[in-house]
Amino acid sequence: METIQTDVAIIGAGGAGLRAAIALAQADPKIRIALISKVYPMRSHTCAAEGGAAGVIKDDDSFEQHFHDTVGGGDWLSDQDAVEYFIHEAPKELIQLEHWGCPWNREADGSVAVRPFGGMKIKRTWFAADKSGFHILHTLFQTSLQFQNIQRFDEYYATDLLVDDGRCQGFTAIEMRSGQMRCFKAGAVVIAGGGAGRMFPFNTNGAIKTGDGMALAYRAGAPLKDMEFVQYHPTGLPNTGTLLTEACRGEGGVLLNKDNYRFLQDYGMGPETPIGKPELKTMELGPRDRVSQSIWHEIQRGRSVKTAWGDCVWLDMRHLGEKKIDERLPFVRDICISYLGIDPVKEMVPIRPVVHYMMGGIHTDTKAATSLPGLFAAGECACVSINGANRLGSNSLVEILVFGKRAGLSALDHARSQKPGNDAALTTLADAAQAKLRALFMRNVGKESISGLRKEMMDTMEEGCGIYRTQESMAKTCDKISELRRRYQNVALHDKTNVYNTDLLSALELGSMLDCAEAVAVGGRERKESRGAHQRLDFTARDDSKYLKHSMAYYNGLEPPRIDYRDVVITSSPPGVRDYSGAKK
Amino acid sequence: MSRRPYVREVSPTSWYFRMPRYMRYMAREVTSVFIGIYTVILLVGLARLSDGDLAYQGYLAALRQPSSIVFHVLALAFSLYNSFTWFNVAPKALPIQIGEEFMPDSVVAGGHYVVWVALSLFILFWAGVF
Amino acid sequence: MSDNRMEVRQVELEVLRYNPETDQEPKLQKFTVPCVNEWCVLDALNYLKDNLDPTLAYRWSCHMQVCGSCGMMINGEPKLACKAMLRDYPGTIRIEPLAHFPVERDLVTVADDFMAKLKRVKPYLIPGQPRTLEDGEYKQSPEQLKRYRQYAMCINCMLCYAACPEYGLQPKFIGPAAIALAHRYNQDSRDGGRDERQEEIATNEGVWECTFVGACSEVCPKHVDPAAALQQVKVASTVDWYLEHFMSWVKK
Repeated sequence: METIQTDVAIIGAGGAGLRAAIALAQADPKIRIALISKVYPMRSHTCAAEGGAAGVIKDDDSFEQHFHDTVGGGDWLSDQDAVEYFIHEAPKELIQLEHWGCPWNREADGSVAVRPFGGMKIKRTWFAADKSGFHILHTLFQTSLQFQNIQRFDEYYATDLLVDDGRCQGFTAIEMRSGQMRCFKAGAVVIAGGGAGRMFPFNTNGAIKTGDGMALAYRAGAPLKDMEFVQYHPTGLPNTGTLLTEACRGEGGVLLNKDNYRFLQDYGMGPETPIGKPELKTMELGPRDRVSQSIWHEIQRGRSVKTAWGDCVWLDMRHLGEKKIDERLPFVRDICISYLGIDPVKEMVPIRPVVHYMMGGIHTDTKAATSLPGLFAAGECACVSINGANRLGSNSLVEILVFGKRAGLSALDHARSQKPGNDAALTTLADAAQAKLRALFMRNVGKESISGLRKEMMDTMEEGCGIYRTQESMAKTCDKISELRRRYQNVALHDKTNVYNTDLLSALELGSMLDCAEAVAVGGRERKESRGAHQRLDFTARDDSKYLKHSMAYYNGLEPPRIDYRDVVITSSPPGVRDYSGAKK
Repeated sequence: MSRRPYVREVSPTSWYFRMPRYMRYMAREVTSVFIGIYTVILLVGLARLSDGDLAYQGYLAALRQPSSIVFHVLALAFSLYNSFTWFNVAPKALPIQIGEEFMPDSVVAGGHYVVWVALSLFILFWAGVF
Repeated sequence: MSDNRMEVRQVELEVLRYNPETDQEPKLQKFTVPCVNEWCVLDALNYLKDNLDPTLAYRWSCHMQVCGSCGMMINGEPKLACKAMLRDYPGTIRIEPLAHFPVERDLVTVADDFMAKLKRVKPYLIPGQPRTLEDGEYKQSPEQLKRYRQYAMCINCMLCYAACPEYGLQPKFIGPAAIALAHRYNQDSRDGGRDERQEEIATNEGVWECTFVGACSEVCPKHVDPAAALQQVKVASTVDWYLEHFMSWVKK
């Protein structure tokens, strides 16, 4: 097996991975950086983020307010020391991106423009039309091209971490184009592999978001934190699940039920604000969990719009006018026309909540270090946690920058402090990883199919771990996932060739998703309260006495994970009431 | 067994039959051949003029041949086609920004037409046609 | 919403297959796929892979026209499979890997050449006047933003390379997307790296290889109009040449 020796290896070349790589390259031009990704960097799902990135920049804003919006938005499950670090670093990172060429929208005076976003009390979302993630990703990728010591390994799929002497010292990966396995030996490893939304049938996520990074760390012994918190974005296209950014509402779009009534006022987010004059942190600018839950209730009450794709509500942007929509939301317009045949300038758009983001992920501290020495994580695959039980829109694009950089620099510190590893031991581990893969190739095709198992997984996740959950529904999903993980052991490949074997890739991705899915379901079943995105019909209230804690899922082989708990860090904001009624102020 | 990327060769002689847009491009390019020939004829005329009146009269007689007239009509048509296609894409090469907005393509292309017509009229006037 | 969007019809797909380990050369394979009318070609391929032939190889991810993975030739035209709607293809649909790139396997092409060219044109900001983070952001007016924004929209899907006959005939040509990105930074008010980039793009392998066929702009799914960028680079480099040779006293 060919071995690549490097100082720091990064798995995942989306926003977080690229930011880590650049931070490393700038810190020391002499270190070797290996940047591994299962896709070309510009295909990473960061590109699909639309709305923008939050950072305190304007005079009317303050760090304190960003802090409180984030902590309250997260239903007090965020670690407040992490949030403090995050909000202070945010503007620096956004300015850094500006210096690298990011085409942020501008005010007439040439300063960066900001827009309103859900759950934020002040306008603080920097944006590049409705392609903010796309521009951030391409700015980072293009910037990374100037550093000679970033060596990219595009279209490599990492299969196993190499853990010896109690620390992570590398991993094995398959080069897709040749089908050959490579052994990466590194002083430290950063995982920036993104989320796992594809475990659900209806999601905004790209095909690549299969939780591979999470599963890698999890199997190697690093716990997954707060996995039960899965964010539903309120406004997805009902047929494809394609994201319509929160900026649709930030710019003034409103949500209506079948009677053209702005129903959010009935769910603690009223009173109604004038059309075309969105007010911050109320009505359509409530947080995502609350808005999605309100839509669910509206459907239960029979006040939804019946469409061929199921129950929807209307997103009305017509009053914004063609000029504003073309300037601020051109991509949204394109997408609605392409996939629904509806022009939001002229018609209302049917939408329904759609799985969007994993608040949970690999447990890290504020230095982006996981519980496994030598292993660092950042981005959606990680859980620091700044997002708590519900992420506010426009915090994730900043999180990938702040903690991507942090992870890179922490990894460098670690790598420099380590003695060389035991080469023979690592090679043995790599050979074992290769043998495992070979066994998958040798297995004869049985009755289990990859697409069949995947569908069963998606269906049970939607049924048990949707917007509203019960003990019974989640227990059923836990059992089902457990069964699927066993059946997965019998999955065989139809394609036994080497070059660009996507059948193999699908099989490995399914394995990652199943592991993550079980952590979500078990974590949810054990959290007997309602908080943020985790809402239960049998335990409807938040229970701070028992569950003001992070859940920690530990990998347990084919058995379900062991769940443990960890205290939330509270510095200055004791748990309070989440108030999104605008009139009270 | 391993990688063996397959290269699909592009025919250097018949590639433009693959797509209508390539044919349109070739048509535009071919028109320049006629413009080139016309330029040569014009230069020959100049040379004849410098050779004296007799030579120049012979040149003019040759121009009056039916085949010559057919050629010149064709060359005129092709040069018009060439000019139109180029003027229509001129806004791409010469975007003009006024304030935030770019001048509409029609204005930039229109400007080219106006200058073209004005110059043509001037030369015709100068040559004594009017 | 009653219309024919949800109707299912049997769609004939002809997909170019090539597995270097078993095939001497690529050949078309026919499939009949039950498709919902509102689907795009990518949905049809996904159905095919999940239900009919798991060995089919193709790239895709976002399904929303922004990641640039799923570029392929659809009935001979370079398209994003997620943007090619079945409603626009009543008959048999022929699907082939992007033209002008070597075929790795099935619909997957080798993108090394494009990636190398992208890097070569220095598509990153080379600051005219460096700033520190403490200095805050560069001021850039909406007008200045608009001068380059269109060229920043490139998703690197490589459809323009598949459309460009020059690139097909002369693979050394740096090509539309890479040059358009260089132009994007040249046009940016914050940038001072134009001279460095001109050395790469104002050359025979750069813009002067372009004969303005215009196909790149016709197929671009993001309306980047790379052809315009290339012509503008030509005009600018012509001006440079005249200034240098006839008016060398004028500072650029």
